Amino acid sequence: MNKLKEKIVSAKKKWEEIENNREPLIFVGAASCGRAAGALELIHEIDAFITNHKIKARVIQVGCIGPCYLEPLVDIKLPGEPRVSYNNVNAKTLSVILKSHLLEGKPHAKLAIGHFGKDTYKDIPPFFELPMLKPQVRIVLRNCGLIDPQDMDHYLAVDGYQGFMNALAMTPEDVIATVRQAGLRGRGGAGFPTYRKWTVCRNAPGEQKYLICNADEGDPGAFMNRSLIESDTHAVLEGMLIAGYAIGASKGIVYIRAEYPLAIERLKHALQQMRENGLLGHNILGSDFSFDIKIKEGAGAFVCGEETALIGSIEGKRGMPRSRPPFPAIAGLFGCPTIINNVETLGTLPNILRNGAQWYTRYGKEGNRGTKTFSLVGKVRRPGLIEVQLGTTLKEIIFDIGGGVQKNFKAIQTGGPSGGCLSEEFLELPVDYESLASVGSIMGSGGLIVMDEDTCIVDVAKYFLDFTQKESCGKCVPCRVGTRHMVEILDRITHGEGVPEDLLALRTLGDTIKKGALCGLGQTAPNPVLTTLRYFRNEYIEHIKDHRCRATVCKDLIEYRVIKEKCTGCQSCVRVCPTGAISGPRSEPHNLDPSKCIKCRSCYEVCRYEAIAGDAIVIRSAEKKS
Amino acid sequence: MPDSIDAILSRYSRKLDELIPILQDVQREFGYIGPESVKKISRYLRISENQIYGVSSFYAQFRFTAPGRNSIKVCLGTACHVRGGATLLEMLERGLEITCGQTTPDGRFDLERVACLGCCALSPVVQINKDIYSRMTVNKLMELLKAYE
Repeated sequence: MNKLKEKIVSAKKKWEEIENNREPLIFVGAASCGRAAGALELIHEIDAFITNHKIKARVIQVGCIGPCYLEPLVDIKLPGEPRVSYNNVNAKTLSVILKSHLLEGKPHAKLAIGHFGKDTYKDIPPFFELPMLKPQVRIVLRNCGLIDPQDMDHYLAVDGYQGFMNALAMTPEDVIATVRQAGLRGRGGAGFPTYRKWTVCRNAPGEQKYLICNADEGDPGAFMNRSLIESDTHAVLEGMLIAGYAIGASKGIVYIRAEYPLAIERLKHALQQMRENGLLGHNILGSDFSFDIKIKEGAGAFVCGEETALIGSIEGKRGMPRSRPPFPAIAGLFGCPTIINNVETLGTLPNILRNGAQWYTRYGKEGNRGTKTFSLVGKVRRPGLIEVQLGTTLKEIIFDIGGGVQKNFKAIQTGGPSGGCLSEEFLELPVDYESLASVGSIMGSGGLIVMDEDTCIVDVAKYFLDFTQKESCGKCVPCRVGTRHMVEILDRITHGEGVPEDLLALRTLGDTIKKGALCGLGQTAPNPVLTTLRYFRNEYIEHIKDHRCRATVCKDLIEYRVIKEKCTGCQSCVRVCPTGAISGPRSEPHNLDPSKCIKCRSCYEVCRYEAIAGDAIVIRSAEKKS
Repeated sequence: MPDSIDAILSRYSRKLDELIPILQDVQREFGYIGPESVKKISRYLRISENQIYGVSSFYAQFRFTAPGRNSIKVCLGTACHVRGGATLLEMLERGLEITCGQTTPDGRFDLERVACLGCCALSPVVQINKDIYSRMTVNKLMELLKAYE
């Protein structure tokens, strides 16, 4: 214990040196998303700039602060001044920023997005007062983008592991009681009260108990867990220590997707640091509590997010769910009592144990306490990772935080492929477990996908169902055969071959699968279809009766046309057309042969985005075939 | 020089729960799960080859044919789908004259679809080898491929 306390003292000193830095500091957001936007190249250039100009400055790689649309983000902090954040930095703007801010000491207000202080500073607004960030409440994400996740000292300096030390001073039963008072519910999707699961496991007979961190974030369109692990690794691991202590487990496993290499690397690194500081192993910090954590990489199966399938996968079998009871809390991994908690649930725990249950209940609303992270993506202006109090309305999330939709809002899908598609009339709906369930959707792990008028609802429903159908493990008939049938029907509809009876068939099949499937995957798979049938019935009918796709997405129902009056004959489209469907001499309007056109969009893109061409190619509904 | 299969096996105990980590290691080392490897794993873990194929074919990660020199992964997550990921895949299939999961005859590219790379806000996303390219369009992608031999 003393060794760690000494380390905390030195860590706080180190953090002090960052807050009251004597040499310039440059922070670069370098989580996977930042890297995809080019953060690593920027770091190279910053390094080169510093060396060339012989400046004494330090570059610190931080995680993801959330607003992905601003990536890559580069922050500069001069001694005695606040940290200023620059957004969408590229090679060109970077040199301007470095020259102005680092060399001349003048923050470039035009290129900056915000700064991390309280008041306005040289025409630069405070970062957390930006419209996207202001409505948010950051508890789980409190450190993301602000600390270096690879440096344990940073985490310790911001009161890391304090929650765990508080827990150690309590009995495990008191820890469970605290989590109960806080009203924490599982953030993996189902929203089962965390304390109840824990109590069952705590009281279950058995010497060996396991704690599993479920980081098999399989929902397409969701990246909250990846971001949290990459940006604040130790918070999740501290949560595992607390949960392990509460349920009496001695072994912890992080089950994480192999598709997240950076997150895995960060976890391995952090585990090593924990071991060096006596936070893993026998008699942690001089207590009776012994605990160790291992990493297991998933092998790419969506169904493994389901508890019993996940356990099967760790045991080296096909990841197929089994019927419950017995629940894993009684007989899970290798037949031992096992608790599986989601990354975000675990990431919340240190905050509850550090600040107390009372503090946590200040957020959210009765029955839905605390905050939830969401990945807000799709056709929204400001996509990104957000955290809001439970009970925030969809409207606030999409319009205040997300900045609205580029074109006209059509729908929002909550809960990924297992959730529902909600229309405009639900914008005032508060986001909490019960409200979402009451309209046929689910909270899920937190994917929010916004769609506008360019998105075809039938196509989206088909996409989600096609996904779950492919990921169905095949064990139970309703899911294996039922989803297949539904996809076939939807496929026909999108090809313009649907019949009115199809709608009833979809409904009947969907209801049957929901009732009959073995696990959560099957029970929720029909949700996207059932909700769109309910809220967007007209679009289905248009596809069936009029052979029309109003969003011009379904390929068999659309055609490409060249508008003769607009076409300048620049030949750009002729060059990109892979099938030679477009022809015509230079400077004369081109011809598009519909029989050769494969509707690949190449010409449309080149005509819209390249200078010489200009919006002369349109996509529109095809004439109705008789 | 890749580790031999025996060297990989020697790092693991003979318990069934080591099967997936072993398969992952083999694939990392050789690029795919070949029949020879399966034979040796079967002997080492004392389980049937059938069981190994059963487990490995269940998971999307494992492949049973040699990969190309460059691996293209097209993300077809929800956000990428909404922003045209499927069109990218279709263009690649047409351009490379292979379908998903195959390798071009000259071994230059192999093509795969992935459910989600977790960069949804930068969609649509394509991964080539270790590089992730964001906000892709058909034309940008075709230009990009030229850089990979």
